[in-house]
Amino acid sequence: MLDERAAGIAAPRPPRLASWLGVVARYRAVGLVLALVLLGFGVSIETTRFLALGNLENILRSVSILAIVAVGQTLVVLTRNIDLSVGSSIGLVAFISADTLKHHPGIGVGAVVVLGLAIGAGLGIINGLLVVVGEVPAIVATLGTLYVYRGVDFLLASGKEVDASDVPQRFLNLTTTHFLGLPIPVLFALAITTIAFYLLRSTVPGRELYAIGSNPDAAGLVGIRTGRLVFAAFLICGLLCGLAGVLWSSLYGTVGASAATGFELQVVAAVVVGGVNIFGGSGSVIGVLLAAIFFGTIDNALAILNISAFWLQAITGAAILAAVALDAFVALRIRIALRTGRRR
Amino acid sequence: MRAYLLRLARWETLLVLLLGGSIWVGASRSSGFLTSFNLSAASSDMMERAIIALPLTLVIVSGEIDISIASTLGLASAVLGTLVLGGVPLGAAIFVTLLVGALCGLLNGLLIARLGLPSLVVTLGTLALYRGLAYVVLGQDSASAFPSWFTSFGFNTIPGTLVPWTALVFAGLAVAVYVLLHHSVLGRRLYAIGNNAEAARFSGVHIARIKIFLFILTATVSALAGVILTARFSSARADNGLGWEIDIVTAVLLGGVSIFGGRGTIFGVVLGLMLIGSLRSGLSLADVTGEIQSIVIGSLLICSVLGTNIAQRVRQRALSRRLTAQLATVGREVEAAGS
Repeated sequence: MLDERAAGIAAPRPPRLASWLGVVARYRAVGLVLALVLLGFGVSIETTRFLALGNLENILRSVSILAIVAVGQTLVVLTRNIDLSVGSSIGLVAFISADTLKHHPGIGVGAVVVLGLAIGAGLGIINGLLVVVGEVPAIVATLGTLYVYRGVDFLLASGKEVDASDVPQRFLNLTTTHFLGLPIPVLFALAITTIAFYLLRSTVPGRELYAIGSNPDAAGLVGIRTGRLVFAAFLICGLLCGLAGVLWSSLYGTVGASAATGFELQVVAAVVVGGVNIFGGSGSVIGVLLAAIFFGTIDNALAILNISAFWLQAITGAAILAAVALDAFVALRIRIALRTGRRR
Repeated sequence: MRAYLLRLARWETLLVLLLGGSIWVGASRSSGFLTSFNLSAASSDMMERAIIALPLTLVIVSGEIDISIASTLGLASAVLGTLVLGGVPLGAAIFVTLLVGALCGLLNGLLIARLGLPSLVVTLGTLALYRGLAYVVLGQDSASAFPSWFTSFGFNTIPGTLVPWTALVFAGLAVAVYVLLHHSVLGRRLYAIGNNAEAARFSGVHIARIKIFLFILTATVSALAGVILTARFSSARADNGLGWEIDIVTAVLLGGVSIFGGRGTIFGVVLGLMLIGSLRSGLSLADVTGEIQSIVIGSLLICSVLGTNIAQRVRQRALSRRLTAQLATVGREVEAAGS
């Protein structure tokens, strides 16, 4: 009797999905790690080459560019916006940095990185201004700049490409050199993810990004400077695209005007499969990092197992659908759990 | 006079002016621009994308988006090629291809309308999935063993005219979609859903059913465009129409359709398509390559929304000024009556 009354006045408890399946469903990171372990286990049975140290390093190196840009995209998506121009931005910066080194081989690698960051930031600023000041919906504005940035890339390249032999070896070494036992791009990706994780979790502007994504009007009413923060998200996303562009040209050496075409889809896929709500307001960079590793691992596993790379696209698509369907399922379970919790 | 000017300040008017300007510049820069051959070639080059833009307009007006269209086109082309290589008669192969298209749309529609998933993400997923399946079905081969009547449909013109046969398909579809959107109950409901889905639902509109229909329609038309493209190129390839989703969405938005739904006309979309076609053709004749043309198309897309934003702000300001003036008159009258 007393118990019942106590339960009746208690606030609805957070939903409890008791089974281990529930835990997997609620925490995207757990699910992704599980999928990675299963994938790795399955491939290792077939061939020992997969778990070789060199191969694991290969996976990480190719994943790091995707992860860096996906972190930037996460910031934008959290605010209920999207940046479709990331592929074009990377391509433009990749070409400019390679071309600059070709014509001025004396320039230091550090200067090229700074140049790439500056151009990337500039591209991000254009996106931010269009969305915040021009009030153009992000999907339209960045679809437009996707075209424009790529067009400028082709205009600059005018049909030529920069070959790996045209740039100094020390620039190519940027992505192969090890520091603290890890290749430099991997360190970049780890550092950026860690910083973004801390910013989003424990700082005021980070939390405000979530607030904007959950309810832009309410965020404005409680005094959050939504315009400034959305602008900052686009700026940082552009900055990270700049870094990724420099790494891209160092990693692949030969860069034409069509570098990173269509990369935006992989980036958005990593963000969505990583558990970030496409309508903003929820998600973590840890999930995004794991999703990037997941896609890189599938790519690598298909190559090692000699399965046609064509399957990769189909699997990517299926993974996106599975991730969003799972989200919907979990949301439904939580709603049901809340309702039954109240009735009790 | 003022009201008349305000009515003229519509996006479609600007499109007509831009279109006229681009044709004028194109014609004055190159004598080859206004030749019937160039017009015919330029329009048949746009035709598949133009056909898909029509049903996509309905989807966007209802507040959703479908970016899997070009992948559906590729999958349709691959399926058609594989079936014909396997000895299936062409008629049956086309039927099966359209059916596959409808199934693609059904999957999109069910995930979006029944499970309530965001259409941008779902169709991003199926964009990758359908393109991947296209490669899985046909690989990197191309199939080109088509009967001549089929391939001649792709690039021949109606006898005695310079109108490509494919333009007839576009015209028929444009009229059908125009009637559907602007002169039918379903069309009014699409605007209602796009403006306020919740209110539409409370007024008894079957939103899920309508949306599933729209996605099936769009995917089936995309598959039809895949068949037409296969005929025009005389070759079925899995990478047919790669990346076209962005071109098509751009054309629709350039036509004045709001990305948030609830606003836009078929007339505007047709004008937008013609503008893109005339710009691309004029720039090509001036030796500007396709990728560099994108700078113009992309800027135009951004400016189109900036333009409508500004036009809307101007119109709202004019409206509120007129309302304040009327209120003041009413106030004076009330005062005069009281005293």
